Amino acid sequence: MTLADITIQLLNGLAGASSLFLVAAGLSLIFGVTRIVNFAHGSLFMLGVYIAYSLTDQFGRGSPLAFWSCVLAAGVAVGVIGFVVEILLLRRIYQAPELFQLLATFGLVLVIKDVVLKLWGPEDLLGPRAPGLRGAVQVMGKSFPEYDLVLIAVGPIMLGLIWLVLNRTRWGVLVRAATQDRDMVGALGVNQAWLFTGVFALGSFLAGLGGALQVPREPAQLFLDITVISDAFVVVVVGGLGSIPGAFLAALLIGVIKAFCIGIGDVQAFGTTFSFSKFTLVVEFVVMAIVLVIRPWGLLGKPAGEPRHTAATEAPLKPLPGWLVLGFAGLGAALLVLPVFTQSYLLILLIDVFVFALFAASLHFLMGPAGMVSFGHAAYLGIGAYAAALMVLRAGIPMEATLALGPLAAALGALLFGWFVVRLSGVYLAMLTLAFAQIVWSIAFQWDGFTGGSNGLIGIWPPAWAAEKEAFYHLSLVLCAAGLLALRHIIFAPFGAILRAGRDSPLRADAIGIDLRRHQWFAFTLVGAFAGLAGVLHVFSKGSISPETLGIARSVDGLVMVLLGGVQTLTGPVVGAGVFIFLQDEIARRVEFWRAILGLVIIVLVLAFPQGIVGFLRGRFMRAAA
Amino acid sequence: MSVLAVRDLAKAFGGVQAVRDISFAVDSGELLALIGPNGAGKTTCFNMLNGQLRPDHGSVTLDGREITGLKPRAVWRLGVGRTFQITATFGSMTVRENVQIALISHHRRAFSFWPRARDLYGAEADALLARVGMAEQADRPAAVLAYGDLKRLELAVALANAPRLLLMDEPTAGMAPKERVELMALVAGIVRAEGIAVLFTEHDMDVVFAHADRIIVLNRGELIADGKPDAVRADPRVQQVYLGGGSTFGHAG
Amino acid sequence: MKSITKAIMLALAGAVFAAPVAAQIKVGELNSYKNFPAFLEPYKKGWELALEEANAAGGVLGQKIEVVSRDDGGNPGDAVRVAEELLTREKVSLLMGTFPSHVGLAVSNLANQRKVLFVAAEPLTDKIVWDNGNKYTFRLRASTYMQTAMLIDGAVKSGKKRWAIVYPNYEYGQAATAAFKKLLAARVPGVEFVVEQAPPLGKIEAGAVADAIAQAKPDAIFSSLFGPDLAKFVREGNTRGLFKGMTVLNLLAGEPEYLDPLKDETPEGWIVTGYPWAEIQTAEHKAFLAAYQKKYNDYPRLGSIVGYATVQTVVAALKKAGSTDTEKLVAAMKGLEHMTPFGKITYRAIDHQSTMGAYVGKLALKDGKGVMVDWTFADGKDYLPPDSEVMKLRPKE
Ligand SMILES: Nc1ncnc2c1ncn2[C@@H]1O[C@H](COP(=O)(O)OP(=O)(O)O)[C@@H](O)[C@H]1O
Ligand SMILES: [Mg+2]
Repeated sequence: MTLADITIQLLNGLAGASSLFLVAAGLSLIFGVTRIVNFAHGSLFMLGVYIAYSLTDQFGRGSPLAFWSCVLAAGVAVGVIGFVVEILLLRRIYQAPELFQLLATFGLVLVIKDVVLKLWGPEDLLGPRAPGLRGAVQVMGKSFPEYDLVLIAVGPIMLGLIWLVLNRTRWGVLVRAATQDRDMVGALGVNQAWLFTGVFALGSFLAGLGGALQVPREPAQLFLDITVISDAFVVVVVGGLGSIPGAFLAALLIGVIKAFCIGIGDVQAFGTTFSFSKFTLVVEFVVMAIVLVIRPWGLLGKPAGEPRHTAATEAPLKPLPGWLVLGFAGLGAALLVLPVFTQSYLLILLIDVFVFALFAASLHFLMGPAGMVSFGHAAYLGIGAYAAALMVLRAGIPMEATLALGPLAAALGALLFGWFVVRLSGVYLAMLTLAFAQIVWSIAFQWDGFTGGSNGLIGIWPPAWAAEKEAFYHLSLVLCAAGLLALRHIIFAPFGAILRAGRDSPLRADAIGIDLRRHQWFAFTLVGAFAGLAGVLHVFSKGSISPETLGIARSVDGLVMVLLGGVQTLTGPVVGAGVFIFLQDEIARRVEFWRAILGLVIIVLVLAFPQGIVGFLRGRFMRAAA
Repeated sequence: MSVLAVRDLAKAFGGVQAVRDISFAVDSGELLALIGPNGAGKTTCFNMLNGQLRPDHGSVTLDGREITGLKPRAVWRLGVGRTFQITATFGSMTVRENVQIALISHHRRAFSFWPRARDLYGAEADALLARVGMAEQADRPAAVLAYGDLKRLELAVALANAPRLLLMDEPTAGMAPKERVELMALVAGIVRAEGIAVLFTEHDMDVVFAHADRIIVLNRGELIADGKPDAVRADPRVQQVYLGGGSTFGHAG
Repeated sequence: MKSITKAIMLALAGAVFAAPVAAQIKVGELNSYKNFPAFLEPYKKGWELALEEANAAGGVLGQKIEVVSRDDGGNPGDAVRVAEELLTREKVSLLMGTFPSHVGLAVSNLANQRKVLFVAAEPLTDKIVWDNGNKYTFRLRASTYMQTAMLIDGAVKSGKKRWAIVYPNYEYGQAATAAFKKLLAARVPGVEFVVEQAPPLGKIEAGAVADAIAQAKPDAIFSSLFGPDLAKFVREGNTRGLFKGMTVLNLLAGEPEYLDPLKDETPEGWIVTGYPWAEIQTAEHKAFLAAYQKKYNDYPRLGSIVGYATVQTVVAALKKAGSTDTEKLVAAMKGLEHMTPFGKITYRAIDHQSTMGAYVGKLALKDGKGVMVDWTFADGKDYLPPDSEVMKLRPKE
């Protein structure tokens, strides 16, 4: 690369960083104050792009003033949408257990996507160029878009404006105070509800504005939400939660690194070619993993204090009452004999339910008793599945052996990643699990010759004795039930009890001789094995495996199942998995806009059962018994 | 030989010298009160004793064994129990389970996967709870306890490993005056019966003078007095700190 | 009076006996409708039109055809479950559909296991008929290899020697790139591939990619970008003057799904595969176009053709087999010939690939919209490797 090339790529990186910064700043503000992990933030960005497309296409072609007014109006419109969402939905569930709001925002993602599809149609919509900024300027003999130069300036300007709002207005001071300590603001007599609403609206506005600014650069399209949300999370976490300058720095860093990876291209070394261009597939996650390993609170973040308890602590665990034990035994027996009565699709659907119940329960073990939220749990599902598939296809190892070796492989993966993960806590921990999962995903995705690349591997079927649906159903039922019982048992055993204790008070655990990190590390590994077992069953039930099994969407499915059932219950994940899979299956078959309906159902469930479905049932039962 | 011996212990946070070069010792069966106004450095001192904070310099020995720089969990294994100024208990567990966890750790069963935790050491836990007067509350969730009861629970937990030394940071804060005296009487009884050494901080001077065998006084990180209660009470520097500091000696806090 | 009673009786009897709907042939269809609506909404319209026509013409084997359509969730795991649902609950006689390659492969793998015919409509991957081909799977669309091969003539004719390549980083882009390099190197001695850029699908940093390509000073570009990646690349490249004097080949860019969003930004002179729907004058296409526009009041996209032709294939196979028996259907599919809006196609017995072709031409601007000009029809049968090579690629049955 010549100096001119380097300069140009630097400028490209900076231009790409601006709108990412705006989105991330909004996300960071919202998280800082309300502690909501807003999955719908990417959807707000997408709305910003679509609304700005429509506005500029209609009114923004003439003059620069018209164009920029349209951009601003789109941001404001998204801010208003955020305002409404906060009041109608989020405000009602702040008291729910931690992360539960995430489920509501997941529902929103589904709804917004289908609404956008309905309103704007399926085709990509390329907006007009910005009036007055259509061309390019010469930078060291190369053409560079005028609009991108403006974008480069927008980043620091918005950073300055946000800084002014946060530091020079009373409202901003309250926002900062709330980011430091939410309870204190309540004590100051500030109307907390309106503070939250305001912050959510401002965050939404920033997301919408970030989207609107992209209109001259990229078409409005339906994948923008997921593309942007993971990038925005990465930026927020790399920068340090709640730190706006951190987000700015991180956005620049990632933007510039990406541009340079592209600029460097292929590099020959040690007899092989390394493609930095292909590396852009995961570079942001690699950066995040490195930053978090070195600086567990991001670049400009501050170490979090003791976790605050916003929700009621969970009630002490009790063994199930006798009648419920009988009930579950009866259910298990009924499931065992079910194939006598039906040969139908129900068995196939139930296999999925069993597998994902085990997967969700293993995630729940981490999130609940062990107090470690994972955003990348699918990694272990996928490692188990890929390990089994590869053993069958490449080494001719029989399925029976992979049922032990697959989980072992997943456990080894978890052992490796867990060592880093347990050094962190809270959202940082969750994001590091995500980074590792994405790295594993990218390896499976890239390593064509071994893992089958993006197509994955096919032809992985059970041996003759388990090939019939009925036999495989029984195999899955027995193994998943055994896995669930084992997980449940461990939660009550000294090992699990110590984990729960450490989650409640790491300080006290340390003061009574417990090496909490070692426990958590071991728990992470153990849970990896259970997820791996689910993965092995998954691959043999489908006959194939592709990188999606390791992907973010699968990890999110797991989270949704756990939260839907209720994170503070042990049967919750099982019920959550069952409900989620049946809902998806039924709704997807019946209605065209199934995604929106599924999202709405989730939102309704969230509002009706803020403790999760099982949490709600238990609450009802306990009240009835009292 | 002293159970606990502290030499030239110091800790600074940025510019604040929280503890400066303090030295003292506690003997077995002795109740040593560490007093001083808020911000004097008492908690910081405790945190260095049980390994939560690494001192800038100085040494801490337990029964003559150097424990400076050890992790809290290692210090605990050597027989040091601790209660916190802001209680730290396991909120999602019952009172009995809180103690059972400490016992499981003490008996090195933390990596055990087979038995149920609630079936382990129940009787032992109940005995400890009985000693601190919490037997009736054994089945209540720790999260719903009154503050004074939490303090008592912490004491039971701290006693679970039959410690040689108890570190109690404001063990009676948040209790009614009558409760305070009762609790410290309880502690004193246990200490005398088992020859445990106790270092405690306390704002209630009635409690201090009723139970402390000896008192050391900390002010702005400096140890300004060390002696029998009567001698400390008479110490002009101590009076200066408490009276001159604006708070009333005897009712500080 | 008596005759009236009799008439009523007869009518009632007729109603009663006619009431059980005439036996139907059930066809299972699954696709990633929600994930790729831009392609698949027209696709659905396409097959619905063909279905309506087939049933209006009396169906096949004296029965009407019913297509049971499902969203496959866009991922292999869910798709396999959906396919199983179609097979076990709906008891369909055969499967058709799928869009992304990995989903297509997973369903093809299931079809092989369950021994049921699967007509893969859209997946472009070469593997579905070659490396991972199986007895029960047949593929309609011209594959990645075929469409790349269709562009090679243009590349050779351009006389350009320094090539840059840009492709979405997954199997389709990788396969297109590999095929292009192999085919071009075989025909142009001394050809050089000076830079390769592989942005993640849907996430291209178009400005940086355009500059990185310019930096290598190529005189031609081969691209397999599509969708939003293509639009971004075109806009950034235009602004930065990347395409001035450059020969550019781009797979799929002439398909209305990807061309129409470019509007006045359409880069003129690019050599592309696609579908110039407004200009095709063959009788079979005109008939299709008229029927489509009449039913939907919209113009067809390439997806419409794929959907339409898929049902045509199913109908033809059922007719030829004379039965819904899988083995008979599979036998019928081998060498099956039928008309489509793109002319006659044949499902090759050797690798189960149809010979459906594509249109190759140049992009141009007309009234602020992108169109294809100077196009020719490339018949798929002319762009497949020799049989001896194909035999080596495909596993023995
Ligand atoms: N983690 C810390 N970081 C910075 N300063 C601290 C920290 N802990 C204590 N301090 C400071 O050290 C001094 C002593 O505090 P502390 O030991 O808590 O006093 P006490 O327990 O006697 O009230 C105070 O000035 C306090 O602000
Ligand atoms: Mg203190």
